[in-house]
Order: sequence, then structure tokens, then C-alpha cells
Amino acid sequence: MTTHDCDAVIIGSGPAGATAADTLTEAGWSVIVVEKGRNHLLSLEAPFGPLGHYSNDELKFTDRHFLGPDPIVEPRTYRRSVDDGDRLMTGHVNSLPSTVGGGGTHADGKLPRFREVDFHLLDALGPIGGTDVANWPLSYGDLEPYYAEAERLVGVAGEETNPFAAWRSGPFPMPPGADMYGAVLSMGAAERAGLHPYRAPTGANSAPYDGRPACNNCGFCGAYGCPIEAKGDPVALLRRALRTGRCEIRPESHVTDIVLAPDRRSTTGVRYLDADRTAREIRAGHVILAAGAFETARILLINDIANSSGLVGRNLMYHFQTMTVGGFPFPLHAHHGRCVTGAHDDHIIGDDAQAAAARDAGLPWVRGGLVEHGGAAMPVLEAKNYGPGAHHGASMRDSSLRDRMWVFTMQGEDLAQPSNRIDLDPSVRDAWGRPAGRVTYAPHAHELVASRHAAPILEAVLRDAGAEWAFSTTSPPAEPADVHPGNPLGMAPASYHIMGTTRMGDDPATSVVGPQSRSWDIENLVVADSSVFATSAGYNPTLTIVALAARACHLLTGTPLAPTTPHR
Amino acid sequence: MPTWFDDHQLAVLAAAMDRVIPDDGVSPGAGGCGAADYVDVLLGAFSFDPPRIFAGGPFSGRAGGEAGFEEWLELGPMEELAWRIRIEGTRGIAEREFNGAVVGLQEQYAAGLPALGDDFAGLDADEQDRRLAEIPMFRALLFGHACEAHYGDPVYGGNRGGAAWSAIGFEGDVQPRGYTDDEVQLP
Repeated sequence: MTTHDCDAVIIGSGPAGATAADTLTEAGWSVIVVEKGRNHLLSLEAPFGPLGHYSNDELKFTDRHFLGPDPIVEPRTYRRSVDDGDRLMTGHVNSLPSTVGGGGTHADGKLPRFREVDFHLLDALGPIGGTDVANWPLSYGDLEPYYAEAERLVGVAGEETNPFAAWRSGPFPMPPGADMYGAVLSMGAAERAGLHPYRAPTGANSAPYDGRPACNNCGFCGAYGCPIEAKGDPVALLRRALRTGRCEIRPESHVTDIVLAPDRRSTTGVRYLDADRTAREIRAGHVILAAGAFETARILLINDIANSSGLVGRNLMYHFQTMTVGGFPFPLHAHHGRCVTGAHDDHIIGDDAQAAAARDAGLPWVRGGLVEHGGAAMPVLEAKNYGPGAHHGASMRDSSLRDRMWVFTMQGEDLAQPSNRIDLDPSVRDAWGRPAGRVTYAPHAHELVASRHAAPILEAVLRDAGAEWAFSTTSPPAEPADVHPGNPLGMAPASYHIMGTTRMGDDPATSVVGPQSRSWDIENLVVADSSVFATSAGYNPTLTIVALAARACHLLTGTPLAPTTPHR
Repeated sequence: MPTWFDDHQLAVLAAAMDRVIPDDGVSPGAGGCGAADYVDVLLGAFSFDPPRIFAGGPFSGRAGGEAGFEEWLELGPMEELAWRIRIEGTRGIAEREFNGAVVGLQEQYAAGLPALGDDFAGLDADEQDRRLAEIPMFRALLFGHACEAHYGDPVYGGNRGGAAWSAIGFEGDVQPRGYTDDEVQLP
């Protein structure tokens, strides 16, 4: 009988890992959370208070990689297709934060749920050539208790006014916060256009919640850690886990190996390099992989495990982002308040015109995504956009690309394609000497048709809201000709929504993990992050990550939540 | 007292910064607001302990709370490696060359400033612009740093007194005061 250091070792401390730590310790398990990034989130000594490292500092967070990963020590590579050779670029490729709290620290906390149909998309809509549209091995109803728990744990502010939303077993924990002025205008115009805008559910406290204060609208939200803990980032989950006395967090610990038992059917724990690059081992009864859909696939590929399906890294999905930008003749002061306060789902739901656009393109159907009504960037980024010279001061005062700009971002559903994948770059290495992850990704016609259909509608809404001009662009670029180093939105997808690289399913031949998020090949290995998503839906993924992680760990500990019913 | 450049280099750099983001009579020029000091501190960041890469938090003190930005944060080993490569370059050091050689910012400035000419600071604006146009890669580097210096937090050395922010009506850090709901939702 092996002696364990803990019941479970959790790789990664973002929304998935933090949820796993909370759920497992709540059930009485002991856990060690191994995080490759640094800790700026909270003291690891009781009473686990804030460290005070987060601040309203654009340079630190956006130019200097404070939350990591620094692309010099953790490069990634990108190519659009195998025809591009080994890679088109090396550096920052949708690099979610590498830090205690993970991607939850930088997000501005848009926390919608998926809808019922998202979990049985293949049955509901049928296949599309060149893609691998799938059903999930669970239903919305199976997940609803965990969605409700996720909203309670993280603290979601929202209201039940979205006519297209899935059913709920209870109200939101908090009402929405203040609408941004730009959202007041754009939501009014969206309504006049026959769309159905609603106040976006966000993880920014509108009232004191769970010992954390209400958001005070400072404006440094997306891309920033919250200096006052008003954001629904993993701080609440990790602090709760630490308080049980059964959770230890080890930052600056880079997992190299998932160690297998001699029969290779189970894992005995992990080996990692600590901050001094000394090799260490943790022996555990279970391994919870929660490194995010990029790093989770990379770890499995480097170890060459859990891949009897051959699907690890494949079916990589982002959201295909359509950015419709409008310039207003007056300031919108979008740097006051949250980054996004409004949304509409109409382009997911579709209508006759959208169905016709699909048919005209030879597709049986297309689905767009949630449209975020949001504001623009901070001044350093703005300043770099205007170019050097005598015009610069006037351009900054005029501020057509910040203070007078409003942006719709459609998080378009991205259909799974086996050829879109993460694998290991043949020669680029990280500072630990390990192969960099490489993205091979090109959009399918589905995403492009949905984007082209929505863009003129969104431009017209912005003009009606008061914009003097409006135009649309996409990330990744729609046209191969726009894939070049000078593209201001980059060559690779800019989306931080990364999904699907160890998809879940009912069949070990066509999925990497089963219905309970456990590896088909390694019985005590659980994948808790967005790697398991079978479809990307058109909704921001974080709340679904938390719900799935909570479900996986409740099932693992034999403490499932009771089924729920609609509360009205 | 400069930490990396000598006084002459600093004067050339300030003059160049004032050409990529010039004073236009309303907004101040980057050079006059400390953009050269910003680069000087960045290139000499490792002569401070902790290195001046990440300013502290949580508040600047300008909107209440205790001022914490000048409590610079310690770097972890991997952060130090990344920033030494970025600033100093790989310089043939095996630990830094896991992806080949990198030319650091110190070397880029050491090559760029002399290319502007020793007499640069005393030239008229047109001649300064002409010389900058001859070295577009270096001008792009200067411009990126000018933007960071001029519109980033003053703790990094540029945007002295928040003058560049004042010209555009931006306050920077407003924690812990924040903005009221009316300042968010009304025109």
C-alpha cells in the first residue's frame, strides 16, 4: 500500500482547479494544488488575506506580463494549417494567465450559462461537413444544480430578463451592477432593431458578497487582477479550501510528469520542478488536471498518456470573435465601470435571414454567439495605435479609439474540427526545456458565414445608437491574406476561450474522458477544465468550467448534488 | 541621477522622445515628461532591489488609501530570467539560450542612440525627424516606449505629475475611491 501525500493533487489553480480544491476539501479530502505561475492572489498563511499586489496599472498587467505567462520563458507557436510549415509565429498565443487564480484573475467575469440545446447539438441540428459536432454525455438538467452552485460560489450578478436563457432553479445571487453609459445607448438601439438585449451576468459584486466588497467601478477590469477582491475570481474558492486546513497551494511548481502505476491504468501522482528547478514528487490517490485546455493537452501529449483515442489536443475550439466597432461624436467614458454590462443572444438563436445565409453558403445551419456590449482599451494601448508624429497629442485628446469608441464582440460558436489542434512544436522550447505547445487552427465556413451575417446587423445597431462610423473585424482573421505580422489583432485567435482538447463523450473511441470527466485510460485521472467541452456554444465558458469541475468532484467524492427543477 | 545612460545619452533620448510624441501646445511631449527616464529605469531595472519591473499595489494613494506603487515587487526566478533576457539579451549565456540568441534592449539602445548622432539634441525638429526616419526599427522601439512612459503610471518614470493623463482627462488609478454608479451610467 502506497503512502499518499494527499487524496488528490490538482494541476492548475484557475477556475477549474480552485473549484476542485473547494469541492474536494469540502468533502473531507486533502489536496495539494500545483501551480506553475507565481502567487499574487492571496496570502497562503491564515487568515489568507489579500497580498496587495493587484493594482490599476496598465503597464504592469498588459505590457509587462505580470500575470504571466511571459512569452520569453513560455512561448507558444501558431500556424493556420500544416501547409504553413512548422509555424507562422512564436510568442503569445492566447496565453491565459499563468498565476495563482489562473484565467479567473484577469477575466472581467462575464458568466453566462450555456443553453439546453448546447448539450445535444448534434441531435438537435445535425452534422456539418468538415466538422465534428457532438452531443455531450450529459444534459443541461444534469448540470443545472452545479450551475446554481457555481453562481453561488463565484458570486454572479444578473437578472432573469434574457428571453432565450435556459431554465434556472433559483434567482441570481446578486442583481446587476450599474450599466455603462455606452451600454445604455447600445442596448436601447438593439431593442429598437428587434433584438433582445439584457444586462450581462457578471462576476463583479454589485453588493458585498461572501466577505468581499461591492465593485466600485474603477474600470481596470478585463486583463487586471481586482485590487479590492470585488471580482468573482478564484480567490473565494481558494480561500475557502485553504480554511479547511486540508488544502496546500504550491506556486512556481511546473508539472513535468503524471506518474503512472506499472499497469499504466492508474496514476500515483505527479513530478514537478519547483522554483529552483529541483525535481519533486507528490504521491496522491487522484490527479485532477485543471491546467486549461491548452496546457492540459500539452501535459498529456508530453507524457504521451490518456490518448488511446488519439484525440488529445484535437477538436481545439475558440470562440470566433467578430468585433464591431463604432465611433461616437461624444465621450462614452468606458473606463468607468465594468468592461461589459450588456449582451444579446439573438445571433445564437437565429432567424429566417440567418437560416437563409446558411443555405446560401451551402450549410444546413449556422449559429453566432453572445454579443457583448462593451467599451474600449486603456490609454497605453490606444497611444500605440496612432503611430508616432505631430498628430499624436490631438489623436489622444480626440480619442476615437478609446473614449469615443464602443465595441460589440460576438463570441461566435466555433465548431470542432479534428484538424484544429494543439500539439508539440518540433523545436521551440520553454525555459524548463520542454516542448512548446503549438496551435494549428483555421476557422470553418460555419464561423465565417455566421460572422458575415451578424456584422452588418451589429454595425446598423451601433449607428442607430449614435455612432458616426462603424466597421467590423474578426479574430482570427477571416481571410488568409489578413494573416500577417502587421495585423493589429494578431495572426492567431486572440480569444482566451480555449476548449475541447480532451473532449468528453460516451464512447472511448471518440472521446478522451467519460461522462464524469474521468479519463477512459487512467481510472483516477480527472480532467476538470474546458478541455472536456464537446461543443463551444456561443457563450463565455468560465461558469460552465466551474460547474463541470464542481460536478466532476462531487461525483468523485460520492456527494452528488440533488436534481433541481425550474423555480418559476 | 541616471541609472543606465549618461547625461548626454539621456538628453539625446529625451529629444528623440519629444519627436515621436511631441508637445503640441496642449498635450506635453513625451521627452519633457520623463520618457527618457522611463527607459533609463527599465534598462537599469536590475540595479535596484527589487528590480523596477513591477510596481507594487494595491493603491497609488492618489485617490485615497495608502500609497503602495513605490513598493516594487520581488521577481520570481522565471520572471528574472525573462526580464534579463528581454533587457540584457542572451549574451551567450547557456541558461538564456533555450530558443537561441535574443538581442536585449540595452544593446538595441546602445546601437540606436549613436545612430541619431551626438548632435541630435541641438538639431531643429525637421532634421531630427529625418534622422529618426532613417532608422525606422529604432524609431518604432522609441515610440512604443514613449507610449508606455507617457500614458502609463508615473511611478515608472514617465508621464511626470500625470501631465499626459491630464491632457486627455484620464485619472489612472482611482482605487479605492472608484467611480459612482452615476459616473458609470450617465453621459
